[in-house]
Amino acid sequence: MLHMFAFAQSYMPIQGSTFAKGVDSLFDFTIWASIISFVILIGGLVIFVVKYQRRSDNDKTAYITHNVFLEFLWSFIPLCIFMGIFVWGYVLYKDMRQFPDNAIEVNVMGYQWGWTMTYSNGKQSGNELVVPVGKPVVLTMTSKDVIHSFYVPSFRIKQDAVPGKRSKLWFQSDRLGDYEMFCTEYCGTAHSKMIGKVRVVTQAEFNEFLAKDKSKMTLAELGQEAFNVKGCVACHSVDGTVKVGPSFKGLWGSTVNHSDGTTAVFDENYARTSILNPQEKFVAGFANVIMPTYQGQVSEEEITHLIEYIKSLK
Amino acid sequence: MGHAHVEGSNYLNHEKGLWSWLTTLDHKRIGILYFISVMFFFLIGGLFALLIRLELMEPGQQYISADFYNQVMTLHGSIMVFMVIIPGIPAFLGNFFLPIMIGAKDVAFPKLNLLSWYCLICGAGIAVSALFAGGIDTGWTFYTPYSIKTSTAVIVFVLGAFVMGFSSILTGLNFIATTHKLRAPGMTMNRMPLFVWALYSTAIIQVLATPVLAITLLLLVAERALGIGFFDASLGGDPVLFQHFFWFYSHPAVYIMILPALGVISELIAAFSRKTIFGYTAIAYSSVAIAAVSFFVWGHHMFVSGQSELAGAIFSGITMLVGVPTAIKLFNWVATMYKGSIRLDSPMLYAIGFMFLFTIGGVTGVMLATMAIDVHLHDTYFVVAHFHYVMVGGTLMAIMGGIYYWFPKMFGYMYSETLARLSWVFIFMGFNITFFPQFILGTQGMPRRYHDYIPEYAWLNKVSTFGSWFIFAGFVIGLISIILAFRKKEKAPMNPWGAKTLEWTIQSPPIHDNFEKIPTVNGGPYEYR
Ligand SMILES: [Cu+2]
Ligand SMILES: [Cu+2]
Repeated sequence: MLHMFAFAQSYMPIQGSTFAKGVDSLFDFTIWASIISFVILIGGLVIFVVKYQRRSDNDKTAYITHNVFLEFLWSFIPLCIFMGIFVWGYVLYKDMRQFPDNAIEVNVMGYQWGWTMTYSNGKQSGNELVVPVGKPVVLTMTSKDVIHSFYVPSFRIKQDAVPGKRSKLWFQSDRLGDYEMFCTEYCGTAHSKMIGKVRVVTQAEFNEFLAKDKSKMTLAELGQEAFNVKGCVACHSVDGTVKVGPSFKGLWGSTVNHSDGTTAVFDENYARTSILNPQEKFVAGFANVIMPTYQGQVSEEEITHLIEYIKSLK
Repeated sequence: MGHAHVEGSNYLNHEKGLWSWLTTLDHKRIGILYFISVMFFFLIGGLFALLIRLELMEPGQQYISADFYNQVMTLHGSIMVFMVIIPGIPAFLGNFFLPIMIGAKDVAFPKLNLLSWYCLICGAGIAVSALFAGGIDTGWTFYTPYSIKTSTAVIVFVLGAFVMGFSSILTGLNFIATTHKLRAPGMTMNRMPLFVWALYSTAIIQVLATPVLAITLLLLVAERALGIGFFDASLGGDPVLFQHFFWFYSHPAVYIMILPALGVISELIAAFSRKTIFGYTAIAYSSVAIAAVSFFVWGHHMFVSGQSELAGAIFSGITMLVGVPTAIKLFNWVATMYKGSIRLDSPMLYAIGFMFLFTIGGVTGVMLATMAIDVHLHDTYFVVAHFHYVMVGGTLMAIMGGIYYWFPKMFGYMYSETLARLSWVFIFMGFNITFFPQFILGTQGMPRRYHDYIPEYAWLNKVSTFGSWFIFAGFVIGLISIILAFRKKEKAPMNPWGAKTLEWTIQSPPIHDNFEKIPTVNGGPYEYR
């Protein structure tokens, strides 16, 4: 019978995971229960306001102090509805917390302001979670700095990534496609830019993604991967838009103006210093942005890759 | 106090000069001090709200940077919570009317009462001074470890909130003592107006819960200043512990904000229906029940924080229970109107607006308490819309209704009914235009505390921003109606609404001692026969 009223699909995001249908049915039920209660209450109110308008200042009103039966009804019926909704919500929630054994496991690291995904074979990707269609996926999450929350609206799932803790989340998507992924725990400057994608692909595409051979990639391609995985992408764009920090587009070989009035040409050594010792000079207009140092977090090799990548961004 | 009563004398002209106001021990004058300060804070918090909506009118950056936006969003939240809604009804309307409604000359501890106002002002001063020390960008919830890592002036601001907490505790203490000890002869607990019952329940929460916030904020200061590590995982602490502490106060605080409003609405519905309240006992005790249960639901803010499933289930179940006393109140109010003699004066319009919005706030609260649904909606705009429906649609509508209801008593003047109704139209319409679209944005997944959003969310955000201008216009009209009332000086009668509670049996504005002679009470508060 509920299907008759099912209208969550008209405003909820696409049902991208196996949880979505159940959550939406419950959501529909609560919406209808709400609308009916609202109509009874506010409808009653409006009728009384119209019907019992004051006619004169000497109106006599009925002296009704209470009515045990009515009061019992409007305590007990809501209680039953609330308890029903509670149990229904709990049952669905329990499914979300029952982790399947045969799942693909991905480690997710949140940081200000992006996500790094690490697959069991060591393959990493940044801000993009690639999963095969029709297979359960378990995410084990933590955070490098402050609390973030991993949220995919189309999957109806969300879980905080807390520094110093591992939290878990699972889902299965039976529908190929790209899905928006947000951070829902406020985490500072670029909280609203901490947007990624979940890509649900075929098993074959997934295998290819996992197996992508590093030895066959160009230096610039490796640099692009490091750019995403190491989190540069959180603050620097590659298309000229200004995010928290300056864009990388057209940066190579250009003359950089500093906040203290000095200038320098962006070359290999300049790039290296900017990564390892970002506080040395500030680019004009970004003097109050504190970029963390990447000392010890990127190897000299990776710096070479990043430099090649920046070179390629004409 | 033995002052001989002089014709035309009242609490306003009883003493003169600014100094007499700043040192007053009269609960009515302290109420007015709160009125002025809360209005001022509301203006500031409201301007921040307009700025937030302006920035969110289109996707991308419009007028302010992300860092500045985060500060504005934090200030809007914490000013509205700590400086407007928490003191709003109890410390302003409650201070003024609680003693009068139970037939007392003043509160139990007048000096403490004045001290509580100074606590609010000092606390607010300290908090605002954080703006000159780097501002604050943590959100009003101060979640760790962000509040420990951010470079903004968290310590100063948090100390301000700490001091303001004492204002709340002292007011609560005063009200409990006053309610128990200063009732007039014959004013049994079961003859107290429902507004008094609501304030009494609120006072209990204020006294029990606020110290927990104080301790939590001190722990945060200690952590930031000394690096102790209560909440820092790398030092063996737990960042989620802060959330437990914080919500242990802040969920009950939600009822500090809404219970007094429920009390105001009970008064308004009875007075403008000219009918005895339906289910007095149920309404009175449902306030106490809400207060009691409110201490055991804090975990509903943490279904996705990594809290255990069992804990989550317990919190979800108990939260549902809060819905029952709330539903009882709503049904009882509607039943009160049955066979009444109803007039839609502006206070009643605000009461009806309250019921309309608060019902929506309530049912969406049930949705959020439902675990599987909350996983989707937590920290989205759905939550933002929900608590604005409760706090603004609820508490603020009640404050407006209360101001218009008691204005003739407080100041002895009538206001322009046309302007008052017009303000209601703008606020009520504007409110729905602003916040209803946010429910839809939330179900679509737009996270809260967002400086920017994806283009799919654009048009609903635009509608929401338009709505905020209507609300602004409504409050400006409300302000004008009050200013005009003071200029026109149209004398108010003793009892313009024909209401039955004790404050309407005395002169408008009241004399310094409230009553010429302490009344003897021999009936309930709503004896409309
Ligand atoms: Cu975030
Ligand atoms: Cu709560």
